[in-house]
Amino acid sequence: MYSEKVMDHFSNPRNVGEIEDANAVGEVGNPQCGDIMKIYMKINEETNIIEDVKFKTFGCGAAIATSSMATELVKGKSVDEALQMTNKAVVEALDGLPPVKLHCSVLAEEAVQSAIFNYYERKGLTPPAGLKCSGCCSSCHHHHDHEEE
Amino acid sequence: MNQRIYVDNAATTKVNPQVLEAMLPYLGGTYGNPSSIYAEGREAKTAVETARAQVATAIGAEPNEIYFTGSGSEADNWAIRSVARSLKEKGNHIITTAVEHHAVLHTCQSLEKEGFEVTYLPVDAYGRVSAEDVKAAIKDTTVLITVMFANNEIGTLMPISQIGAVAKEAGVLFHTDAVQAIGMVPIDVKTMNIDLLSLTGHKFHGPKGSGALYVRKGVKLNSFITGGAQERGRRAGTENVPGIVGLGKAIELATADIPKKAAYLTQLRDRYISKILEQVPYAQLNGHPEERLPGNANISFSFIEGEGLLLFLDMKGISASSGSACTSGSLDPSHVLLAIGRKHEEAHGSLRCSFDMENTIEDVDAIVAAVSEIVARLRAMSPLYETFLKENK
Repeated sequence: MYSEKVMDHFSNPRNVGEIEDANAVGEVGNPQCGDIMKIYMKINEETNIIEDVKFKTFGCGAAIATSSMATELVKGKSVDEALQMTNKAVVEALDGLPPVKLHCSVLAEEAVQSAIFNYYERKGLTPPAGLKCSGCCSSCHHHHDHEEE
Repeated sequence: MNQRIYVDNAATTKVNPQVLEAMLPYLGGTYGNPSSIYAEGREAKTAVETARAQVATAIGAEPNEIYFTGSGSEADNWAIRSVARSLKEKGNHIITTAVEHHAVLHTCQSLEKEGFEVTYLPVDAYGRVSAEDVKAAIKDTTVLITVMFANNEIGTLMPISQIGAVAKEAGVLFHTDAVQAIGMVPIDVKTMNIDLLSLTGHKFHGPKGSGALYVRKGVKLNSFITGGAQERGRRAGTENVPGIVGLGKAIELATADIPKKAAYLTQLRDRYISKILEQVPYAQLNGHPEERLPGNANISFSFIEGEGLLLFLDMKGISASSGSACTSGSLDPSHVLLAIGRKHEEAHGSLRCSFDMENTIEDVDAIVAAVSEIVARLRAMSPLYETFLKENK
């Protein structure tokens, strides 16, 4: 049911953990629905480069794998580049997900956006237009307005 | 570690070699149609009728009260729809519980759309409905009470004899889905006042695709499939002779020595439950501690989601199941775990092990070790656990 890449990222997830002095933290999802993703980032305030990123996830195998892959995709990237990361990119990097698990990739995209939203907030800056996820995704993802690609 | 440990016997079981042996001729040379009058047909007919007698004996019924079906779900559908439709003039009320198998729940929901009124009785924290609650729910319009014998997820046994007595006194028909209970607890439809009972062979080492419905003599049973005289005109279609033969043999073997089997499985189950609760913090048993199927253990682990647990167990060669939404293809966790009061996140993190005679004490200990390790690993990456630890420093 899962690709080898998904199983690899599920069983050996990259970047698990917390960052004590994170300057960007985002959490999305809801225990009711069975998925919560929390992403910590250490962003260089001069260069806007994501120097470190860690995650913690409560969720199924796909939720853990998408969190792991999403953190890999944004690590070392600039904030602007990270905001370009779509759930589709996460799915492709994992060699696909079963259709019922696509929402996990959406959650991973939202978790990254939510952390970056938090970064702007902490700096007292206005987040770029279109960045709407401020941990807003507290309702079950099947009611979510984000498009699943 | 080459040998896998299979503890999902509530999902399905391995076909017993004696059952397979009994079936083989009917997959090979003995291929007659039971409806044919010549020798091959008579031989097949005799095999089907022998199996019917075996099923009847196992539950204290008469052979002509047994109808073969293709599954337990079919038997549930047939029983409930037939009673509802044939007694429509008398009333339109059905009583069931919130924790039934979906074969019963979805059938009841479908009847609601046809104008039936269904009472879904709540259960206590162990998943039991009380006979008093059943009695109190009976109205003049009640035509059927359907309560499962044992819960498929949490193993809790329902007070079937008491409900049977209540139903008999009120003159209401009583159906029970006994799919999980056959071969695990003694069943006698007469003393328990059961009017209709569903069962399926693959839960007790028979073949998949073999089921049966018991209907007490005198209870009207509508035709489920029309087009032939099979099953006394109630279910057309050429009989699944090898499946029926396998079901007959399997039920005979499964009910031969229930006390011995129950004693062994209870020992495995209780060892597993006590070791897990002792070694893994924030774990809770789902279902009744004693009034449960001898082989069933269902435990919720806080802060984690069940699918990850199942995947890691699978990598370690252990096959079990979970009430998590992720394993069901929906977003909602088990309706049974929610009905006994578990929070969503606790329901998502449940693990069901259903033991069988082939499992050993060593298996139990290996599962306990694997589960404690995996739960700790998943908790280490759970934001819920992180929050919990910070709040409870």
